[in-house]
Amino acid sequence: MNESVESVRAADAIAIERTLAGDRDAFRVLVERHSATIFRLAYRLTGNHHDAEEIVQEAFLRAYQKLEQFASQANFATWVYRIAANYTIDRMRQRKQEDARRQAPSTEMSDDVEQDPLRQVPDAAPTPERLTQSVELRRQMENALNSLTPAERIAFVMRHCDGCGIEEIAAALKSNSGAAKNTVFRAVHKLRQMLEPQLAPRATARAMGTES
Amino acid sequence: MKHLSEEQLIAYQDGEISGRDAAAAHINSCAECKAELNRLAEMLAAYQALPIPDPGEDYGRRVWQQIAPRLEEKRSHWWQVFLEPRRLTAAGLVAALLLVAFLAGRVSKRADHGDAALTAEQVRQRVLLLAVGEHLGRSEMVLMEIANAEPEGASVKQVSLSSQRRRAEELLDENRLYRQTALQEGDTGIANVLDELERVLLDVAHSPGNLTPAQFKSIRQRIDDDGLLFKVRVLTQEIERREKTGKQGPAESGSAKVERNNQA
Repeated sequence: MNESVESVRAADAIAIERTLAGDRDAFRVLVERHSATIFRLAYRLTGNHHDAEEIVQEAFLRAYQKLEQFASQANFATWVYRIAANYTIDRMRQRKQEDARRQAPSTEMSDDVEQDPLRQVPDAAPTPERLTQSVELRRQMENALNSLTPAERIAFVMRHCDGCGIEEIAAALKSNSGAAKNTVFRAVHKLRQMLEPQLAPRATARAMGTES
Repeated sequence: MKHLSEEQLIAYQDGEISGRDAAAAHINSCAECKAELNRLAEMLAAYQALPIPDPGEDYGRRVWQQIAPRLEEKRSHWWQVFLEPRRLTAAGLVAALLLVAFLAGRVSKRADHGDAALTAEQVRQRVLLLAVGEHLGRSEMVLMEIANAEPEGASVKQVSLSSQRRRAEELLDENRLYRQTALQEGDTGIANVLDELERVLLDVAHSPGNLTPAQFKSIRQRIDDDGLLFKVRVLTQEIERREKTGKQGPAESGSAKVERNNQA
């Protein structure tokens, strides 16, 4: 851990101590220092600026309310990140359920029931030519992310965009490390299936571990 | 050897595969697995590179403005607050003020209110002036050090204020105490300067130990803009004058002088 990270943690600890002692304005330091990180996480999880801002506000409100539970040796940045991830997954699940209720029951998605990824491939499957066009690639990537379950999306973003450890992901998903690892794998598998449809038959065969 | 399965490739990419050496040997000798691994790595890299809008430099401030009205004050336990080591200095001074006021009260009652006897109020004022004068001296040192701090060389990208930050934290508690006391005494001149001082001390106390030149400039600019060093020096002189003359620091004259100087 480098010096600047240590100084940020020390400054956070002082701000937390003051907040708990009744100095509400001391919490401002924590909000100002960590808002941008939480915004980046929230935007990656939702793909929406407005939703991301709401998540940031809610995460800090919850952090303030639960500050007494914060262990003094812990890292506030990691803690508020986890609060944001927890809140986002609840919010995404709730929205999916609301959406599902509005649609036919057969289209309902669940974290527990794995769907056939091939059924989720968008009609306009990307070709190598189209993949070279960044705007189209971005749209395909966002579509693919949107088709993941909330748990898969959070696990994927935490692991492959923010470099979080499996244990950290498990804590955010309120799950165990084996299940968290499976969720990350499932997310990557689905994304590959959707973004590389031309590779799908081979990938399916490879999953069986064929002889070279 | 069999081709690596997709799960094994993903685990390999994650650095979490068991038998990593064997897997690496296979990938190096198998063009198909190597190509699969490259495609996987490219896809993950593309996701990492997806653009995220910049919320702006003042984003944290805006978030605070939005949530601050919704935060309830936390009730603190007085014993937790006052048992913290760095608060003991301030707590000790409070005790000294109370003790002196009590003793002086007894003395002044027995002294029949003679001219030579100090009233409880006069003694209390003197103790307060001494304490505030000493506090201002230490605060001025911190402000001076910040005003004169420079990066150690052209290549240095950060300015270290860790020593000043620690002292600013210690000064903050005392500063609050004196400011509140001055307000209660109706000495708005002292209270106003202490209020401005408190804002800067708060900035310094909450700053990281190593500041970027921009963060450092912002703190120093605040000191300069407020003319804080000047105000602290004027107030220190005023307090010294009151101590020497034994004048009871009528709030009007002392405050008015500081106010006048502040406007100068």
